[in-house]
Amino acid sequence: MKKKFDFRRFIADNVVVVIFLILTAIATPISGLSANYILQDIITRIGRNSFLVFSLLLPIMAGMGLNFGMVLGAMAGEIGLIFAVDWNISGVWGLGFSVLVGLPIAIILGWAAGAVLNRAKGREMATGYILGFFMDGVYQFVVLYLMGSLIPMRSLAITLSRGYGIRNTLNLDSVRQSLDNMMMVKLFGLNFPVGTFIIVGLLCVFIVWFRKTKLGQDMRAIGQDQLVSNASGIPVETTRIIAIVMSTVLAMIGQVIFLQNMGNMATYNAHRQTGFFAVAAILVGGASVTKATIPNVFVGVVLLHLMYIVMPRAGAELFGSAQIGEYFRDAFSYGAIALALVLHAWRKRRGVEIDRAGLRMNTVDPAAKGGAV
Amino acid sequence: MLKIKEFAADFGWPRIIIFFFLITLFIVAPFVGVSISMSLSDTLNRFGQNAILVLALVPMVQAGCGLNFGLPVGIIAGLLGATIAMQIGLTGWFGFFGAVAICLPIAALFGWLYGQLLNKVKGEEMTIAMYVGFSLVTFFSILWLLLPYSSPAMVWGYTGKGLRTTITLDNFWSRILNDFMAVRIGENFVFPTGMILFALFCAFLVYLFFRSKTGTAMTAVGSNPDFARAGGVSSDKMRTISVMLSTMLGAVGILVYQQSFGFIQMYQAPLFMAFPAVAALLIGGASVNKASMLNVIVGTFLFQGILTMTPSVINSVLQTDMSEVIRIVLSNGMILYALTRKTKVTK
Repeated sequence: MKKKFDFRRFIADNVVVVIFLILTAIATPISGLSANYILQDIITRIGRNSFLVFSLLLPIMAGMGLNFGMVLGAMAGEIGLIFAVDWNISGVWGLGFSVLVGLPIAIILGWAAGAVLNRAKGREMATGYILGFFMDGVYQFVVLYLMGSLIPMRSLAITLSRGYGIRNTLNLDSVRQSLDNMMMVKLFGLNFPVGTFIIVGLLCVFIVWFRKTKLGQDMRAIGQDQLVSNASGIPVETTRIIAIVMSTVLAMIGQVIFLQNMGNMATYNAHRQTGFFAVAAILVGGASVTKATIPNVFVGVVLLHLMYIVMPRAGAELFGSAQIGEYFRDAFSYGAIALALVLHAWRKRRGVEIDRAGLRMNTVDPAAKGGAV
Repeated sequence: MLKIKEFAADFGWPRIIIFFFLITLFIVAPFVGVSISMSLSDTLNRFGQNAILVLALVPMVQAGCGLNFGLPVGIIAGLLGATIAMQIGLTGWFGFFGAVAICLPIAALFGWLYGQLLNKVKGEEMTIAMYVGFSLVTFFSILWLLLPYSSPAMVWGYTGKGLRTTITLDNFWSRILNDFMAVRIGENFVFPTGMILFALFCAFLVYLFFRSKTGTAMTAVGSNPDFARAGGVSSDKMRTISVMLSTMLGAVGILVYQQSFGFIQMYQAPLFMAFPAVAALLIGGASVNKASMLNVIVGTFLFQGILTMTPSVINSVLQTDMSEVIRIVLSNGMILYALTRKTKVTK
């Protein structure tokens, strides 16, 4: 049977994307920014952010929802960068070193996070969110009190004047944009950070390949139904933990890529917004809590960041205040997350109710179940 | 011995540790030169300041809607009440109770809408509540700039429009509940009678409400929705009422908080205000689906006590300010504990 293209269903399924498309389509001309400026910014931001957003894919596949606990990986990456700067390892080697230092930390944190989430089945998202807050406190303790006192630090330039603890802002001059500039290609007057793009591309290939492996299939099965997977011999708990560990490791690498592009790091704040931006991006790209694809990531990063570029200027032009534009984009990003979560929960419930009606021997049109999974 | 063990497992080790931690802080305090009377006074002050915000979480927990991370919805209603009362020039007792009177219908409306939404997303309330709160706070940040407020006490001096980030309540109703019948004992100790009485009064009202027919029905919906439905209770209606009640209490709670603090904090300030309240309730012994007045009072006192004592005592002992780290780890650790605990019990 050929599926007929239903315009209303399409809009209903992608309402978050459509809202963002309309918003940016209105705001872009108002902002008065040149196409060249916007394009260049978008290209930079794709390189900077997409790796982080990719880290959300695997937990979604495993049915664990949006992994707000990815900030744990971001913290691991930051600790890696602190050591790279402290030991004065510069350039791409510095980034590689950060990843090497961050890797064991991310694996341990990811394992712990997975174990915690296994004990909070059904509310992984809220728990992951609070877990991020909790680890933020632990991170502060380690970086502000242990580094320089218990953990030896060599560079005086990055420690606080009291002798221990890392300064509020870490200058990443030694590794700044080393990955981006490795293969910078100039085309049509725009700079393309090809090195970063290649790494993101490799990650895409890896994810496509991973989905087809035994482990990837297991994750998808668990995402569909935990009980059935358990009955068919898939180690549910362990596989869920592995999904979170991989997500945390990817987030760690993603944060290193993000920060090398930014060029400096707010030691105690850099990871606070990471989860929010990644989650908002993937949802704006049309993903749901149970389904996300590679195109969702790219569409989301482009749309969300287009809005972040144009909104302050549009606000300044319209209301005479850039501040309004900034609040506006924050409100819409938070709103997009809320809306996507609401739509998902609503569809899930509708699915359950229709299933129940089916048990009462009512005839049900299966298409009416909508996007319920 | 077995009984003690059972009690400990039931009450939860984290709470016992926190309880003894606070007692240790009070014992150590005099030795490191921290005045006990001043600390107690501060603790009581902060207790009254926060108790109603914590209380606001109870109805939704009881009705099975989980922890209300969407408390900012109520807080926004409270901010609207306070700013409108200031705009029309109410001061003193008229000001405070005027603000309460203005914010209650707004909170009821917000709560009703918010409740309708939460009824559509049963089982996923907590994450959604969080983001509904976030988006409402940022959306209202725009309105604070655009709404036609004009009272010179509130708007930016140089442009004459847009509310300030913090608005002082001096000349309006700053500390009006705190100073009502306040008892001063010794040099440092002040008992904020009015505020404590007001908080206890609110707690008593909620207590009475849960003894009423509606309240009992609400608890029934929370503990067993199917059973409640069989008994002829509309689960959606009860849940909506609980959300409205929670939002209204949140609005009153922020007004009490502000009058004690002396300032109204606008814009992004309410974003994360739900989290300390949630932590306090959980420290008091509540779980994700059960909370009592005792939980509220004990929890607020313990949590605020630790927040008051750690900076002064720990700083004197270690010569560094670790209170922030302790606060973050403690409050979020407590929430984590509660979120991971229930599944273990039901398994």
